[in-house]
Amino acid sequence: GKALEYRKTGYSVDEPLTDRELATQYNNFYEFTTSKEAVVAEARDFNTSPWTVKVSGLADKTGTYDLADLIDYNALEERIYRFRCVETWSMIVPWIGVPLADVVKKLGPQPGAKYVRFQTLVDEEQMPGLNRINIPWPYQEGLRMDEAMNALPLLTVGMYGEILPNQNGAPIRLIVPWKYGFKSIKSIVGLHFTDQEPKTTWNILAPNEYGFYANVNPDVSHPRWSQSSERRLGAGLFDGREDTLFMNGYADEVVSLYDGMDLKKHY
Amino acid sequence: MDINKTLRHGLAKPVLHLLALLPAFWLGWLVLSNDLGANPIERVNRFTGDWALYMLLIALAVTPAKLLSGWKSLPRFRRMLGLYSFFYASLHLTSYLVLDHQLHWGRIIEDITKRPYIMVGLACVIILTMLAVTSPKAAIRKLGAKAWQKLHKLVYAAGCLGVIHYYLLVKADIRQPLLMAGILLLLFGIRFWHHRRAASSPPKKTSVDRPGHAV
Repeated sequence: GKALEYRKTGYSVDEPLTDRELATQYNNFYEFTTSKEAVVAEARDFNTSPWTVKVSGLADKTGTYDLADLIDYNALEERIYRFRCVETWSMIVPWIGVPLADVVKKLGPQPGAKYVRFQTLVDEEQMPGLNRINIPWPYQEGLRMDEAMNALPLLTVGMYGEILPNQNGAPIRLIVPWKYGFKSIKSIVGLHFTDQEPKTTWNILAPNEYGFYANVNPDVSHPRWSQSSERRLGAGLFDGREDTLFMNGYADEVVSLYDGMDLKKHY
Repeated sequence: MDINKTLRHGLAKPVLHLLALLPAFWLGWLVLSNDLGANPIERVNRFTGDWALYMLLIALAVTPAKLLSGWKSLPRFRRMLGLYSFFYASLHLTSYLVLDHQLHWGRIIEDITKRPYIMVGLACVIILTMLAVTSPKAAIRKLGAKAWQKLHKLVYAAGCLGVIHYYLLVKADIRQPLLMAGILLLLFGIRFWHHRRAASSPPKKTSVDRPGHAV
């Protein structure tokens, strides 16, 4: 992919990066296919240029933005984050983007805006997985406003020094490192400010399994499997699992967001 | 060409052994060439689980295939196919215990006691083990033909449990487990249909028309 200009930051992890090849060839992107190994091929011809993002709802600067008008490409930064999938695999990736909080501020959310909802592109011509599986498209995710304004969420346009590969959510995706990967929505075309908790796709599909918050939490099991440990991509056949960290290791930065909340209830 | 003669040929079983072992060879090749992809443990878990289920369905398909085709020598392969299902299920269990959980018994016991899909999978493996242990001819003599037959009816339960185990662990795309469930139902349907037909037609006619086709 095309190389990006960016600056390094102090956001890093004390462990080696996942090989680029692994992080870009093992992806969940059901709009293309449910096979993680096959997404690369299915998304090869995905056309992401031009790309616009529609901003709507309770904000002053609603409208349709070209990607370059939404993201300040002169302010790109690299952040090395842990990424933990709800399916219990994980990786460590150098993402490139801008803080979501900066973009949200720029869009002028109104006092009534309590949540922000994101939507993925739906394009049957380009996304062969849409008709193969019974999911109410478009894929939707959301954050509470204070979560969105936290310093960690990154509106991401690149990884490993280059623009995002299609299978990783080109041209623009969200990365929310303390939440399970499905919150980190891909190929975003819509951003909506609202006073209601948005319906989120996995929560609609299986409300007892996937909550709105989806914070990484080793003490709260998925009903069908444990979340207390994970397999790092690239680990060998005999390397076993790693312990999963509370809030994926970002508790210091985010735990105050959930003061007084029962995290077993708000999973 | 007489199909039944071919099926009884001395080479028929060795050839089938070879075919049934192909997936295991393929897996061994992937391990040795370090070509298991980004999530090798997951891959091995899936691969061995898939083949345990495929072999079980193939073993369960033997009788319906005999009923439909009239190839009465087919059942001589049934035990062997069942044992291959047990073989892949054992690899699957080993992969889960040793590779995935590195014999971390705390995690394993938590899994077994709390996760329905693990419980169901374990029940399936226990049944397959009981059937494998009692598969030698000596076990039939020891248990008596009637009790042995009763015990081995559990293979149908194993088939159901295997499919349920698969269904429970997928995230949203249930097409594959549904396909397996469909195949299982079809196989049961053929047996059921044949039973009813055999029961409703006069016994004499049955014995003349279809000698040796008691189910």
